[in-house]
Amino acid sequence: MPLVFAGVTSHAPGITGRADQADPELKHGFRDALGHMREALEASKSDVLVVVAAEHFANFFFNNMPAYSMGMADFYDGPIEDENWLGIQRVRIPGNADLSDRMIRSIMNYTDLGYAQEWKFDHGIMVPLHFLTPDFKLPVIPVNINCQCPPLTPLHRTYEFGRALRKACDSVPERVAIVGTGGISHWPATPDSGKVNVQWDNDFLERWKNNDREALLSYSDEETYRDAGQGGFEIRTFIAISGATEGVTGDVWYYEPIPIYAVGCTVGVVNGFDE
Amino acid sequence: MSLYYLQKLFYELNRNETLQVEFRANQEQVLDAFELTGEEREAVLLGNIGLLYVLGVNGQLLMHYAAFCGLAWPDYIQAMRDGITKYGQVRAGLYAMTDGKGAI
Ligand SMILES: [Fe+2]
Repeated sequence: MPLVFAGVTSHAPGITGRADQADPELKHGFRDALGHMREALEASKSDVLVVVAAEHFANFFFNNMPAYSMGMADFYDGPIEDENWLGIQRVRIPGNADLSDRMIRSIMNYTDLGYAQEWKFDHGIMVPLHFLTPDFKLPVIPVNINCQCPPLTPLHRTYEFGRALRKACDSVPERVAIVGTGGISHWPATPDSGKVNVQWDNDFLERWKNNDREALLSYSDEETYRDAGQGGFEIRTFIAISGATEGVTGDVWYYEPIPIYAVGCTVGVVNGFDE
Repeated sequence: MSLYYLQKLFYELNRNETLQVEFRANQEQVLDAFELTGEEREAVLLGNIGLLYVLGVNGQLLMHYAAFCGLAWPDYIQAMRDGITKYGQVRAGLYAMTDGKGAI
């Protein structure tokens, strides 16, 4: 089936772990937008949700760090973090190993990636799922792009990965939805936590909305680190979605910096998948 | 400097509840399995979050150890800032390029 839904959103652990410490208006505004995203995802009647995430040393470490990896299990557990710290109860989430296998084989025609038959979801996946599939019943296939520590995959490879992911989605009979989750500019878990470069974020989101490939791929990691912090490396997750929806514009349904959540909270949806 | 092994300790500790129990019971013994310098070992034993930050531990690992040591979020942020004041710039890892002073 052709891809049925594509979007992007934030995943900072403060969104659930420090939920009530934010300005209530911002908290509810963001959650309302996530609610609308959930409704759009549900309306797509997807059989599976592929979450393109940037995990944080939960499964992948410096001993063996893949640039790209995809889950290939029939279930996943999360959150790996302390439940009270994250504000999300531990739960088993269904996967679909057979579908993963078929999608991975398809992607491997175009780009290399690792696969994982065990994967403990961290906040990078659990926070979006908490809002988008709150009963945790929709099968999920996780994808990880290393955005934590250089050397990082170049942005143009990330766009290509997105293209390959799209071919895989379109090649299987299942109805597949994809959500990218990360950044944008932020300095999480450092003394700069709470800092957000709003101007940089707005400029990035403009490029993302227009699916302006050249503009999206023009950042160097040095520039991103300087202007958008180490958390800015996670733009790869958004760019993968752009690659998967090449030539199609998107809309940003919500963007507001919420400092106690340590990120500019974002909900974006790619147009044209709701017919 | 053996930042790889120092970070590996936190990686293992964050994802392994059995190791967390062992660590609470006998920290010295758990640390023997990791090739740490004396300074790194002492920073872990004392729960010196500020020094661990300066030694280069990634915040995505360190924030969980801070919570494990009982630090609330603002105390974790403050501990890193105090570490910069006391021990100077971050010495290794991803944050070695920042001014490290914090923006807010
Ligand atoms: Fe992240």
